[in-house]
Amino acid sequence: MTASSRVIVLHLGLLALLFGLQFILPAYHHGNLARIMVLASYAVGYNILFGYTGLLSLGHALFFAAGMYGMGLTIQHMGFTPAPALIVGIVAGAFVAGALALLALRTVGVSFMIVTLMFAQAGYLTVLYFGEYTRGDEGFVIQQAQRVLWGVDLSNATNRYFAAWGLFSVSFGLSLWLVRSSFGRTLIAIRENEERVRMLGYDTYKHKLTAMIISGTISAAAGAFYGLLFGYAGASFASVQYSIFPLLWVLLGGAGTVLGPFVGTLFMFYLIDLSSGITSAYLLIAGLALVLLTLFAPQGLIGEIRRRFWKNLP
Amino acid sequence: MEFGPHLLLATLEGAVTAAVLALTAVGLSLVFGVMRVVNIAHGEFYMLGAVIAWYVAHMMGGHPALGFFLALVLAPLLVGAIAVLADVIILKRVDYDPERTIVATIGLLYIIQQLTLMTYGPEARPVEAPFNSRIALPWFEWGENGFQFYYPWGLSTTSYKLAVIGAAGVVLLGVWAMMTRTKVGLLMRATQADRDMALAFGIPVERVYALVFGIGAALAALGAVLIVPIQQAHYLMGADPLLLAFIVVIIGGLGSLPGTVLAALFIGLSDGIISVFFSPTLAKILATLLVGLVLVWRPQGLFGTRTA
Repeated sequence: MTASSRVIVLHLGLLALLFGLQFILPAYHHGNLARIMVLASYAVGYNILFGYTGLLSLGHALFFAAGMYGMGLTIQHMGFTPAPALIVGIVAGAFVAGALALLALRTVGVSFMIVTLMFAQAGYLTVLYFGEYTRGDEGFVIQQAQRVLWGVDLSNATNRYFAAWGLFSVSFGLSLWLVRSSFGRTLIAIRENEERVRMLGYDTYKHKLTAMIISGTISAAAGAFYGLLFGYAGASFASVQYSIFPLLWVLLGGAGTVLGPFVGTLFMFYLIDLSSGITSAYLLIAGLALVLLTLFAPQGLIGEIRRRFWKNLP
Repeated sequence: MEFGPHLLLATLEGAVTAAVLALTAVGLSLVFGVMRVVNIAHGEFYMLGAVIAWYVAHMMGGHPALGFFLALVLAPLLVGAIAVLADVIILKRVDYDPERTIVATIGLLYIIQQLTLMTYGPEARPVEAPFNSRIALPWFEWGENGFQFYYPWGLSTTSYKLAVIGAAGVVLLGVWAMMTRTKVGLLMRATQADRDMALAFGIPVERVYALVFGIGAALAALGAVLIVPIQQAHYLMGADPLLLAFIVVIIGGLGSLPGTVLAALFIGLSDGIISVFFSPTLAKILATLLVGLVLVWRPQGLFGTRTA
């Protein structure tokens, strides 16, 4: 087997495994895994910008929330059915990502982080400000009757698992294809040395802009699906925490690896799930993980594997 | 109340906010200026200051002034020590890399916040002010009887609030004197100007960094001790000061102390005035957007000068 086909087999293998797992998992973990796959899609989107392009955004909750509210508000207030509502959410996310990219990409480094943080915070406050429609922190529930997509009831556990798996497969596959394409390789080159890439004649600005829009769109899709599958949209999904979470998942799993976001999300989810039995201050675990990762394992889990055993893992 | 007295009241409230904000923001600005890192956990140092103040005042008993003044000394020292520890354990080991420092301080934020939640609990607790007499304020107008003074109902402040403004002014002068008139300040400015050159001249840059990080946190804690008799100590109270301090530091020009103080006055006063007359959420939306846009178009800050 060539190196390239081994990579393909490994990644398709994960999707097949996730597909198969749903027939054997007990109900509790079955539900968890559906949730993890949607959140992992969010992390996959985040990873395209952070892991592959080297731009650390602290404002991805803005895109996640754009997707969630684009979907939720059209269902709630305009009587949309799920399919067009999902499209509205995803398009809203792409639009917001494009707009923020036009502004934020004028800055670099720490300024980029703070600009994204500030606009995401403004977005969160906007959700609170229009509490009449969004119901603010309390959020609103999307009723079961409103969650039937082409005759499939998404509140049913099995259907929900399939939808989450579908979303994850698409974003995961897209990410794998993207980073192996010449476009993705240029992104990696930008991460490593932007000056040199520009010297070689590439339009780095256009590449970063496109990467940010793709990243934001995938994040928005994850947000829209999350709202639809679990029937709830609330302002907490727009808060700073939801910008930090994908950063944490990607760092834990390994930034700049295709498998990393899923592995990181899976680990963190169960770490918090298990620790919630001991303490309600579950964010303590997140904080400790962030500090320990920056100190000892900036590569993350899959990053370590790549460094030691499998050099050409994408 | 009529518009005039109402505005005066809003300005006074804003001045108290501005005073405490100036302390917090100067701490953040000092850290950014000298160390070139952004400390996201700054708001949690502020919160720790307030919480420690409550513990000290609670344990002291006796006259409220006793506990308060002890807290005024102890809380900044303790918080400064915690910050120095964090600097040595964490920041030094990521080599003050700007991006990794942000991630690490986000982690630190959660650790401090959640540990406080686990020990201090979710309640908001007050600290009694050492003195708190109500001072009614006069207002004047041209009426039918010509120029006259009167005391409108509700237009008043307290001696404590005025003392907060005065104390903040004294501390800021102290920081300024330290930076410009002492050997330590000289070392800090040398490190800020050129780290490598400072190192070459034998300045213990790592110790300067630890000290600056400690002083920055201590200033935030001091601001919190001053405000805690007016607000209350709560484990989530660090978020707003962090955001406001960010806004101030960015608008005032990153790392410039006079700019920071000016911006704190501007933001504190306008926050007080806008919040009285408009929705506070709207005020915050506008402020955050302003910061984002300032960073995009004038990264040197509104009051800062462009450096090469």
